[in-house]
Amino acid sequence: MDTFGLWISFYTMLRKDIVRMFRIWVQTFLPSVVTSCLYFLIFGTVLGSRIGEMQGVDYMLFVVPGLVMLAIVTNAYSNTSFTFFQSKFFFRGIDEILVSPTPPWLLIAGFISGGVVRGILVGTIVLLISAFFTSLHLAIHSVFIIFGFAVLTALVFSLAGLVNGVYAKSIDGINLVPTFVLTPLVYLGGVFYSIHSLPVWAQGFTYINPIFYLINGFRYGFLGIADIPIWISLAVLGGMIAALIAINWYLIRTGLGLKQ
Amino acid sequence: MSAPALKITGLKKTYRNGVVALKGVSLEVSEGDFFALLGPNGAGKTSIIGITTGLVNKTSGSISVFGHDIDAETELAKMQIGLVGQEVNFNPFEKTLNIVVNQAGYYGIPRSVAIPRAEKLLTELGLGEKMGENAMTLSGGMKRRLMIARALVNEPRFLILDEPTAGVDVELRRGMWDYLTSLSKKGLTILLTTHYLEEAEQLCKHVAIINKGEIVASGTMEEVIAKHHSGSGAKDPSTGLGAGGYRGGKLEEVFLKLTSEK
Repeated sequence: MDTFGLWISFYTMLRKDIVRMFRIWVQTFLPSVVTSCLYFLIFGTVLGSRIGEMQGVDYMLFVVPGLVMLAIVTNAYSNTSFTFFQSKFFFRGIDEILVSPTPPWLLIAGFISGGVVRGILVGTIVLLISAFFTSLHLAIHSVFIIFGFAVLTALVFSLAGLVNGVYAKSIDGINLVPTFVLTPLVYLGGVFYSIHSLPVWAQGFTYINPIFYLINGFRYGFLGIADIPIWISLAVLGGMIAALIAINWYLIRTGLGLKQ
Repeated sequence: MSAPALKITGLKKTYRNGVVALKGVSLEVSEGDFFALLGPNGAGKTSIIGITTGLVNKTSGSISVFGHDIDAETELAKMQIGLVGQEVNFNPFEKTLNIVVNQAGYYGIPRSVAIPRAEKLLTELGLGEKMGENAMTLSGGMKRRLMIARALVNEPRFLILDEPTAGVDVELRRGMWDYLTSLSKKGLTILLTTHYLEEAEQLCKHVAIINKGEIVASGTMEEVIAKHHSGSGAKDPSTGLGAGGYRGGKLEEVFLKLTSEK
């Protein structure tokens, strides 16, 4: 296929996924809206008023970047893992792409782009909700850094979700990772606190949590404060993207978990 | 002389569970042919089709489609093929028209071209009134016809049909065969697997019979029948039954002779 044909194939995959996510918006968008409202209400308004400030910033403003990141991470991951698993397992719709001249790298790009779009859309919705809870006093240090970290984070977790979708042999395989791996990592990655408020031994554990680096960079974009230099966060993100692209390329190219 | 539509050389396939599906199959389908690949369940037909279309990894051997090697020129080879698989494999929550249009998209065909082409195909296959409905509302026969429309939307030169009429009633089956015959007459190369042997005998020019991963007979329909039909299956003129009281065509007799357990 020429470049135009490749673009059409990519557009077809992305369009199909966007149509699907809007068709089932109650499953794709609403849950994050409801849970983020609850987080803002409980951690921001109820508990936040007692906590006061974190790193010199109002607690409600401190948790906003983490909660937006939580929405991006979970939505990007689950979108890619579920759509791929569904098309592989339930009705073998993946065969439609496998028999076509769409190359493996474009198949990866098509699936992860849906996850990135959903992650960014839901993250934007949660950000708009946060504006309501912060009475529009949302701090923005750098729009460029906020958007950059949002897109890169959505990309990382879309790629990770695709690995999960390729490997999963049952619907349990799709649900286990978000519940028992992703959620704890996000909660322990500094959504609700600064690592400087932890004892030294616990800080050590936080440094091996990749999500800490994403939240750190994203929070810097909003508040201009960070636990560690932002370039370290970018380096960790870049490394994760490179590693996950390589894993996905290998899996799709060889057909592991996909072809007999 | 143009390259054959399909050329398979020494194709072997062993699945991860140790099952040996293909033991060095070699096969050639000429351009414009209506070719029957026949065999009992588990003989290796679907493995051949799966490897040719990129759904199954081969163990060794080579395959080319119109001269394009499926490993070296994967995209060019796939551009030539349309596949109607054995199992229904589309999203039942999608609209019928979208399923066909999206398939065109995966071949790089823009929607402005794909939509009218899909509408024409669906109408020709009797699904014109179902274009806006979810695929789950279609009957079994309609789903099969939808799969044919989907396989034709990229205007392939080589159509592969893996038991396309399984579970389809007689009237619909005849309609589908008429449609496929008309496509064959227009020059489309067709590879067909089916368990309806009398229909294969009437429709197809060439035939290969595969058993336990090996081709046990191949050639023109007449050649294969003449070579392997011993006459023991000749029908009793008074009852119309073949040997053993069985009612079947010559190809069916040959098929049973070549594939039944000794």
